[in-house]
Amino acid sequence: MKARIHAAVVALLLVASGCSAGSSATVAKDPGTLAIGYTAEPANFDFTRTDGAAIPQALLYNVYEGLVKLDANAKIVPLLAESWTISEDRKTYDFKLRKNAKFSNGAPFTAEDVKFSLMRVKTDWTVSIKSTMDVVDRVDVVAPDHARVVLTKPSNGWLFSLTSRLGAMFSPTGVADLANKPVGTGPYTVSSRRRGDSIVLKQNPAYWGTKPAYSTVVLKYIKDPTALNNALLSNGIDVISAITVPDSIPQFQSDDRFTVVEGTTNSEVTLAFNNARPPLNDVRVRKALSYAIDRKALLDTAWAGRGTLIGSMVPPTDPWYEDLSNAYPFDPAKAKALLAEAGQPNPSLRLRIPNLPYAVSAAQVVSSQLADVGVTVTIEPLDFPSVWLKQVFTDHDYDLSIIQHVEARDIVTFGRPKYYWGYDGKLVQQNLAKADAGTPQEQIDAMRQVARRLSEDAAADWLFLFPNVIVAKNKVTGFVRNQVSESFDLTGLAPR
Amino acid sequence: MTVKIVRRVAILVASVLVASIVVFLFMAVLPGDPAQVALGVNATPELVAKTRAEFGIDRPLVTQYFDWIGGVLQGDFGRSYVTREEIGPALTDRLGVTLWLVGAGMLVALLIAVPAGTFAAVRHRKADGTAVSGLSQIGVAIPAFLAGIILVQIFAVQLRWLPSGGWTPPVQDPGEFLRGLVLPALSLGLVQGAVLTRYVRSAVLDTLGQDYLRTARSKGLRPFQALFRHGLRNAAVPVVTVLGLQLSTLLIGAVVVERVFVLPGLGSMLLDSVASRDLLSVQGIVLVLVVGVLLVNFVVDVLYTVLDPRLRGS
Repeated sequence: MKARIHAAVVALLLVASGCSAGSSATVAKDPGTLAIGYTAEPANFDFTRTDGAAIPQALLYNVYEGLVKLDANAKIVPLLAESWTISEDRKTYDFKLRKNAKFSNGAPFTAEDVKFSLMRVKTDWTVSIKSTMDVVDRVDVVAPDHARVVLTKPSNGWLFSLTSRLGAMFSPTGVADLANKPVGTGPYTVSSRRRGDSIVLKQNPAYWGTKPAYSTVVLKYIKDPTALNNALLSNGIDVISAITVPDSIPQFQSDDRFTVVEGTTNSEVTLAFNNARPPLNDVRVRKALSYAIDRKALLDTAWAGRGTLIGSMVPPTDPWYEDLSNAYPFDPAKAKALLAEAGQPNPSLRLRIPNLPYAVSAAQVVSSQLADVGVTVTIEPLDFPSVWLKQVFTDHDYDLSIIQHVEARDIVTFGRPKYYWGYDGKLVQQNLAKADAGTPQEQIDAMRQVARRLSEDAAADWLFLFPNVIVAKNKVTGFVRNQVSESFDLTGLAPR
Repeated sequence: MTVKIVRRVAILVASVLVASIVVFLFMAVLPGDPAQVALGVNATPELVAKTRAEFGIDRPLVTQYFDWIGGVLQGDFGRSYVTREEIGPALTDRLGVTLWLVGAGMLVALLIAVPAGTFAAVRHRKADGTAVSGLSQIGVAIPAFLAGIILVQIFAVQLRWLPSGGWTPPVQDPGEFLRGLVLPALSLGLVQGAVLTRYVRSAVLDTLGQDYLRTARSKGLRPFQALFRHGLRNAAVPVVTVLGLQLSTLLIGAVVVERVFVLPGLGSMLLDSVASRDLLSVQGIVLVLVVGVLLVNFVVDVLYTVLDPRLRGS
């Protein structure tokens, strides 16, 4: 009988091994292989139909390339376009294309592909950011290496968005199964994936440009921050792409096996005010709340003091950045006075936040500091993304919320009265339009005006800017310090 | 005996159907719109409506249920809202990982429990026997994830002997596969082993008190000899029952251990699917887990009859 039970166990294990076929690479000790740990895994490979940061983080600039890219200093530089010119009326862009670029399925890259890719955003993409392409009127194929894009109105924002996933170049012969088989012109191709575990990128042998230093890059997906740290400590991976718990940073700083790279992001942690609804439709109340919050203390609690106080929706990597963090210095007395002046000495507010660690800890500080000036705050954590998206973002059913706004140049959302801020400011809308249509200098001037005006109006309280913290083994170099694009750019990484 | 098994199978099928309805209804009342979550912020209402239609979640619940269960009965679990992959193959792939984990965990548990429990029973009046059963009491109190975290700290982070997590399929590299399986199997198996030790001990103690063992002893066999020749099979009956019950607990423990060790099993797939409101996947996974637990119970029932001839007649 015992033998029979053993046979059953063996049979079970054999069945199990049959089920778990498939392949993924382990981190080899091969110096040409690099393993990087990330927390968020791409749901699939199709960023034209699936939202979120994880897919472009893995694929943009690495597997897919656009006409232009953002360099480490957030400057727009050539990629598949060798150069470009902008017409006098700022509506026509002439892109001179690289002649030797090829898609990983062998198809050559030409102006036809530019036309196909840019127009396809309007027809086939479903993600919300596609609206930035609405301004494209048509794309003309002047020559195989010359594409002309005509806009309906001038737009600096459009050129900038070409550096994001919206500008990724596709081949008509390579879009049959985007969710599973990406085909781009980049230095890497997707070699294999094991869902819940890893994606393996291999060097594209036919790449037109400089070949990257690592021939194989394993992207390891480890959701739990402790497990991610342990993987680096135990040689399971070589790099942590972004630290998500700040308490673990000193542990790596004090260990001479590792290098810690700290920079900025585009991710503003914002205390959102519902500008459309009483009592926060009163600028005095909004200002009062801004004076009542000690952002330095909040940063210490919510993110161990790491991060930057910026006081606006503009990160330091944008050309029009200026430090507005002292616009509302911590001043409880002034806050009380403003509340009294507004006839709202003791308002009760609902702080509806996503159930994410940074938001929960920041909410507690906000709530206790507002209590000190007589404001009653009820914290309501909502399941993120589903419930928060529905109730706060879509239905605008909130007074206060706290969330990271991660997209680049998302200050433009204050130009949309229907956005969940409920902010409707004519001057801001006019300046945003002027910035989009103007020359680079006009853009900088107008965008500064927008940020200043939003600060004067206390349209929101910008609590802090998330830091970008990369930890790597000493032997790996070439990281982009500030996270400015949607991509985790692998092309510059090299062994020491 | 055949009648009994047929009746058991009927009960099994009915339970699975009821479970499928319950699982489906739970998913239907879960807050959050999968289409909205898939599309993210700034999606227009028209786009959300279009996507809902594409997913088929704008149809009446009854239609959706029969459509789903009809597919499942033919082995088609549908296509995931989020990954856009067939759910069926993903499920079998993930199930493979979980079965390895549970199987290895159970093996570790048995390797600990059978000798330790027997030893503790035979020497229950001696200091060493008492010590073993005391140790098992402590083991019972440690949750699997804590055992996992401690094991990782010692063997992965400090000593760097074994990986702290991750999965290598056995066909790809058997050595790496085994190295990766050691710590998860230990953290699952140590705790289960402690639990089982107590059951083995009391089952063996019970057997030791039986007349036939006394007879065997009087014929000159030493206690362990008597036990091995005549007692173990009888002691196995209650242990197999507990083993079946524990297998369900092990399956749930595996969900947590998969998280600690970053194993791409059914548990981590479940957590990810819930987070991304991938309802069709969640339905499929939960159904597979429920069927798994019911199957285990079924097998235990049948084994019980096989092991104990007295139960065959009834």
